[in-house]
Amino acid sequence: MDFSHILNSKKITLSVVLSVFLSLLACKSFAIQSEKDSVNEKNAKQEAFNPTTAILEHIGDSHYWHVGGEIKIALPVIIFTEKGMESFSASKFNGEGVASGKYHNYKLVDDKIRVVDTDGNVDKEASHHIYDFSITKNVVALWIAGILLLIIFFSVASAYKKREGKAPKGLQSFIEPIIMFVRDEIARPNIGYKYQKYMPILLTIFFFIWMNNMLGLVPLFPGGANVTGNILLTFVLSTVVLLIVNFSANKYYWKHIFMPDVPLWLYPIMIPVELIGIISKPFALMIRLYANISAGHIIVLSLISLIFIFKSLYIAPVSVAFVLFMDVLELLVAFLQAFIFTMLTALFIGTAVEEHHH
Amino acid sequence: MEELFDGLLNDHLGFVVWSTVAFVILLILLGKFAWKPIMAAINDRERSIEEALLKAEAAKEEMARLTSENQSLLKEARAERDLILKEARHMKDQIIAEAKEAAQVEGARMIEKASIEINNQKAIALADVKNQVANLSIDIAEKLLRKQFENQREQDQLVADLLKEVKVN
Repeated sequence: MDFSHILNSKKITLSVVLSVFLSLLACKSFAIQSEKDSVNEKNAKQEAFNPTTAILEHIGDSHYWHVGGEIKIALPVIIFTEKGMESFSASKFNGEGVASGKYHNYKLVDDKIRVVDTDGNVDKEASHHIYDFSITKNVVALWIAGILLLIIFFSVASAYKKREGKAPKGLQSFIEPIIMFVRDEIARPNIGYKYQKYMPILLTIFFFIWMNNMLGLVPLFPGGANVTGNILLTFVLSTVVLLIVNFSANKYYWKHIFMPDVPLWLYPIMIPVELIGIISKPFALMIRLYANISAGHIIVLSLISLIFIFKSLYIAPVSVAFVLFMDVLELLVAFLQAFIFTMLTALFIGTAVEEHHH
Repeated sequence: MEELFDGLLNDHLGFVVWSTVAFVILLILLGKFAWKPIMAAINDRERSIEEALLKAEAAKEEMARLTSENQSLLKEARAERDLILKEARHMKDQIIAEAKEAAQVEGARMIEKASIEINNQKAIALADVKNQVANLSIDIAEKLLRKQFENQREQDQLVADLLKEVKVN
């Protein structure tokens, strides 16, 4: 598969990237503006702008993808019920309305699917038997990031095949130092001579997190989802890390946990502590990534919300200046968090495969 | 608290499954079609660069070695030339000295020989002169004596004198 022609024009790529980032600030405010408008229309001024709900809505998952203005893309809803699977478009909910499916009638409560009875009241008992497997905004964002990663790295791989033994060029020369960085600064120093085996997982984790972080900073349609700031995704990533670390662990690692070099009477304390350590290390990874990315999104959205809290356009330059600053900082954080996650993963793998010579 | 966890699994299991599937597929595809060829290419290139560097270093060393060898050869040749020249000069001096000495010796010998010859010739000539003088003297004496003893009396006189002298003795 050769995708290199897609990204072969440097100028096109550069101008696309630039335009995306330049339009980012404006669009963020548009999104909230329209949100506010629609809220106002419905509540007819009775309710003031509530930044908390607006922000949580933006960083949360949804069955719609808000493109801008009044345009919302309704995403497919897939539900596993006790009777079988059913799927329909989220547009069927028509906002807060009731959608009638094959087996149940459904309603969105805080963007969560609940079964409703014939009177339109939430049936809690029945809701506990359905599983929401919808293609939500975060799932789509995840796929977009995945497809982008595949395009980029397949084109880079084909460039390596085409230009075998030559110096890297174009996108390849942008990606190669990053790959070398992951190899020389993350994998090698932390894992040691066995690093080669873990390069694929480390590179995938690194670029996956980075790409999702970066796309999360883009407020235009294909970006803007808070994927890496979703604790479920970081949970999945850290579970992968947990499995890899413990399945590649050698006898020294297990000896360290079950037969540490401490007096015997300390074992009742040491062994539980070590066992908690197995879980707490990936748990820290999960919380760190989730908290950092969510915090970044929340700060940017809060700054934008200032305009609506003050109800004045004159506060906009201040907000924009701060948001610009935050976005630049977030660019750094996006890389930094990907780096930290990957480095700690490498470190945990390193401790698991380390050979001790006592 | 109960509300927070209410329907947690029902709402969120889907996303966990979707993201796991997406990540695993991504990992497999990238691992097989991207990381493997990319890492292999990078490693190959690194190895070839390292080899090239090593070769360049070796070539440099070889070059330096050759240069120093040339230098030492040149130096040696120069030294040898100097030595040869020196020897030649020495030999020339020696030959000249020897020739001079030989010439001197020969000259001296010839001079000596010549002086001996001269002496010999002189002696021969002197002897010859002596003979001539003797012969001449004898001739003169004979002629003188003949003239003296032309008369008998004088002869007798002489004999008598001589006898007288004998008697005395």
